Amino acid sequence: MESAAIEVRGLSRRYGRRWALANVTLRAERGEVVMIAGRNGSGKSTLLRVLATAIRPDAGSAAVLGYDVVRERESVRRATALLSHYSYLYEALSARENLSLIGGAIDEALARVGLAERANDAVSTFSAGMRKRLSFARVLLQRPDVALLDEPYGALDPEGFALVDEVVAELRTRGATVVIATHQIERVAAYSDRVFTLDGGRLRA
Amino acid sequence: MIAALRKELLLQWRTRAQAIAVFVFGATSLLLFSFAIGPNASALRQHAAGFLWLALLLSSTLTLAESFHAEMEHRALEGLLLLPTSPRAIYYGKAIANWLQLALLGIALVPITVVLYDAATPRLGSLILIILLGTAGISAPGTLYSAMTSQTTRGKQMLLPLLLFPLIVPVLLAAARATSLLILGDPMEQTASWLRLLAAFDAIYWSLCGLLFDRVVEE
Repeated sequence: MESAAIEVRGLSRRYGRRWALANVTLRAERGEVVMIAGRNGSGKSTLLRVLATAIRPDAGSAAVLGYDVVRERESVRRATALLSHYSYLYEALSARENLSLIGGAIDEALARVGLAERANDAVSTFSAGMRKRLSFARVLLQRPDVALLDEPYGALDPEGFALVDEVVAELRTRGATVVIATHQIERVAAYSDRVFTLDGGRLRA
Repeated sequence: MIAALRKELLLQWRTRAQAIAVFVFGATSLLLFSFAIGPNASALRQHAAGFLWLALLLSSTLTLAESFHAEMEHRALEGLLLLPTSPRAIYYGKAIANWLQLALLGIALVPITVVLYDAATPRLGSLILIILLGTAGISAPGTLYSAMTSQTTRGKQMLLPLLLFPLIVPVLLAAARATSLLILGDPMEQTASWLRLLAAFDAIYWSLCGLLFDRVVEE
């Protein structure tokens, strides 16, 4: 039997004495779009960061495409791309230079996110929305099997909102699994296959 | 690793004003050290090598501390680590870039030392080799410790020299002794043995730090 895209069992993670995630169990199948809802500080970003292997869980287990996020970190990283609320960009480098660290069809990715004309400009001259678009280009270049998008609509204009919708649809058509942590509940719920809600680090039934 | 090195060199080039500031700091340090000795030409020449390496060491902490600033600004290092690349490639890219910067700084400080300390040597090639080996011994553990301290929220400027200086005492000692022999003369031909010691420490630091980087940056 093919493993699930995401399998989380009893996952817990704490920062200091505060539990950001407490005994979270969830599952998502391959090719699904999954929405993670919840208020600020509910643990959405922490969950995505654990799945992307940016941080380790304190208890429980998580697997992406059957690969354990602790023991098989490299395999998970090959399969996933994280759109974090950190931009992961170098201010002093141009958009093209930032993307060259990933490689692939850079011009195509820049055109896709509407930054072709600013390809050679330093990121330090970019607005918050443009940085978000460039971070999106990073995700596209990675061609992930599992895309983890943390607040993908944040800082974007209405045109940017449409871009996110299109990219998610494209990823889904390619057979990728997309996990979206967002406050744009109605918008994302309209095209999600599953919705999970976190509250104080716990999964709400 | 080539992509990581290219990125580092680009970042260094775009922030070259900092390198100039570090050079000015090193030159100023040399000037102040010479004031401490006074107008005694023989004493100045005697201490030239030690002060050159001290100035280079102090300047290097500024360079090394700054080298992870861009990585932490928007968590760019985390972004790199999440790509399917080896953390070792990221480390060596950064360590080589730091090495080149420190070596250039060392070479740029030589004329200042010659003028201030009357410390000319005909063996310029050997001096450059010592600077290359000595700065390699500073940059390898310096890059590792800079990665470590850049993740702390407080006292990072203070932590780096506290951790780094004790570790690189052998490198500093060997580099200063070899440089001193070049300036003051080497009747017993001891320079080669100091160079071998430097090369040995470099080999240990470069291999060990590359292995440890993964553990330092990964949570």
